[in-house]
Amino acid sequence: MATSTGAVKAAPWTDPNAKPYVQVDRITKSFGDFKAVDDVSLKIYKGEIFCLLGASGCGKTTLLRMLGGFETPTSGRIFIDGEDMTGVPPYERPVNMMFQSYALFPHMTVEQNVAFGLKQDGLPKREIAARVATMLDLVKLGGFAKRKPHQLSGGQKQRVALARSLVKRPKLLLLDEPLGALDKKLREHTQFELIGLQDQLGVTFVVVTHDQEEAMTLASRIGVMDHGEIVQAGTPSEIYEFPNSKFVADFVGSVNIFEGKLVEDEPEFVRIASDELGGTIYVSHGISAAPGAVVWAAVRPEKVFMSTAPPEGTDNVVRGAVQDIAYLGDLSIYLVKLPTGKVVRVTQPNTSRHAEAITWDQQVYLTWDPSSPVVVTR
Amino acid sequence: MKPAPRLQRLGITGRGLVVALPYLWLLLFFVAPFVIVLKISFSDVDLAIPPYKPLIEWIGKNSLAIKVNLNNYAFLFTDSLYWKSLLNSIKVAFISTLLCLAVGYPMAYGIARARAATRNVLLLLVILPFWTSLLLRVYAWIGLLKANGVINNILMWLGVIHEPLTLLYTPLAMYVGIVYSYLPFMILPLYANLEKMDWQLLEAAEDLGCRPWQAFYKITLPLSRNGMLAGSMLVFIPAVGEFVIPALLGGPNALMIGRVLWDEFFSNRAWPVASAVAILLLVILVPFMMWYQSVQARESAGAR
Repeated sequence: MATSTGAVKAAPWTDPNAKPYVQVDRITKSFGDFKAVDDVSLKIYKGEIFCLLGASGCGKTTLLRMLGGFETPTSGRIFIDGEDMTGVPPYERPVNMMFQSYALFPHMTVEQNVAFGLKQDGLPKREIAARVATMLDLVKLGGFAKRKPHQLSGGQKQRVALARSLVKRPKLLLLDEPLGALDKKLREHTQFELIGLQDQLGVTFVVVTHDQEEAMTLASRIGVMDHGEIVQAGTPSEIYEFPNSKFVADFVGSVNIFEGKLVEDEPEFVRIASDELGGTIYVSHGISAAPGAVVWAAVRPEKVFMSTAPPEGTDNVVRGAVQDIAYLGDLSIYLVKLPTGKVVRVTQPNTSRHAEAITWDQQVYLTWDPSSPVVVTR
Repeated sequence: MKPAPRLQRLGITGRGLVVALPYLWLLLFFVAPFVIVLKISFSDVDLAIPPYKPLIEWIGKNSLAIKVNLNNYAFLFTDSLYWKSLLNSIKVAFISTLLCLAVGYPMAYGIARARAATRNVLLLLVILPFWTSLLLRVYAWIGLLKANGVINNILMWLGVIHEPLTLLYTPLAMYVGIVYSYLPFMILPLYANLEKMDWQLLEAAEDLGCRPWQAFYKITLPLSRNGMLAGSMLVFIPAVGEFVIPALLGGPNALMIGRVLWDEFFSNRAWPVASAVAILLLVILVPFMMWYQSVQARESAGAR
């Protein structure tokens, strides 16, 4: 997984004295009995690309729409650059939004679409023309100024939408599934373009996406949402390597989760007996849970090592049979069935062109480093 | 299924039949009557049944005389009655169209933005009046507007007025009748257009700094242009030739071309002049119809 640099190099979220640029303070949005967003607080810093990641219906779009002023929060407050924006309508906010459907005005040319917001602000004609031209060059659409939206491809429309929302130099740019409508190759390419553009303009981005890979690539930080709440917020590597719950571990990337009981609880290490694994898991760091408590150990597939010869030791070792193999070129995914019935997912990079291949139904040993498992209590 | 080979040999195919039927219909009920009317418009008046002389006559042996009388058309331009009533008809139709647009646009907009369940009920309410005869509905307006009618009675009872207002047989009554009758023709195409509208465009406009009314003016209004044109044509074209409503509600001064045509035809029995008026009316309305057609074509092309 690639992690982005974004415009934020200094990680201001680690500094308790840093002033947040966008502050979401205990926001709740109810539709009847249903709480779409439930008591969410969030601090976003200047120049960040903050991704709201979650499955559809988790409330991420509602939260974004409240930042844009399209929905009024049922309770709570929103501050942008120190100003209370809670009740301010969209047309008075220093915020622009890039809509998932792009929402380009079909009766206007590319140029007119991009100029729309500037005209609305009553800027002098010459300045509008100059800024529109610069913006179109920036998104590499210089030659398409006179086209109508229906004459553009999906990727071009996406750029017009981006240009239109950036040309007003907003304090905050909201992007709703910005790359959702593009095909995979174009999406990857555009992700990096988006990061470059953001770096260049220094605008703070809040991106909504359901695609964890997209979130990992774009974000300076990710807020994982579930049932209207932010269950974890952190840098992509924090989210991936230190998930705070089964949900986050499972939602971001793939993972093997073993349920077990805490049998040894020391400050330096813990030992977990797992019936699911059919063995014990030794973890080389302390955790905060009561002895005897039910916990879950999460091990990423790329951190599981597979061998035909038995490894040393008894902890973190388990035997199984290869049930399925998916060859992906750069790596292979092995599904190994344990005697307990649990299927463990293992990925191994194909480092050699003529590796002695492990095949179907072969008996293998699985092991992992004691630092690899993440133990979560919920 | 393959068409019977024998029919196919004669050039008759299923597709051909399907296409031919509407053309046959038009030929029978539009082209043929039109040719007859055109023919009458070039005839002389005659005190006979029918009250015009034939265009083609046998005179003597083996000679055929065709007499084309252009006097009927010339007459239309000499008597000011005709062009005055024609101008008045166009004026009335134009004002009615604007009134229908003013009343119909908010209604169509409201229906298009209503929830799906409510929308069907509202549409039904728009179409419902079609289930009774136009004549009945216009007569109902007489009951509402006359001196001791419902409206005057309520106003007197409320003490707003002390003497009944003259509402019936005024231009006001005529406009009320026309706007009321033609409103669905404005609402339905407008609704069909607005219903396809992507409302997120309005959010995008607001996001870029438009107040809601500005977003309406800059986005909704231009995007519903074709709907407005279609609705306006559907009101304007028949309203120019409208006869019943001005006759029943507008009183004796409502000088409309449809009324003149009726009088020429039935009171004066001047069929050739009446036919000439009809043809002239058609010639004036054809450009509007063609415009309407092109708007429709653009609309359906844009939908794709």
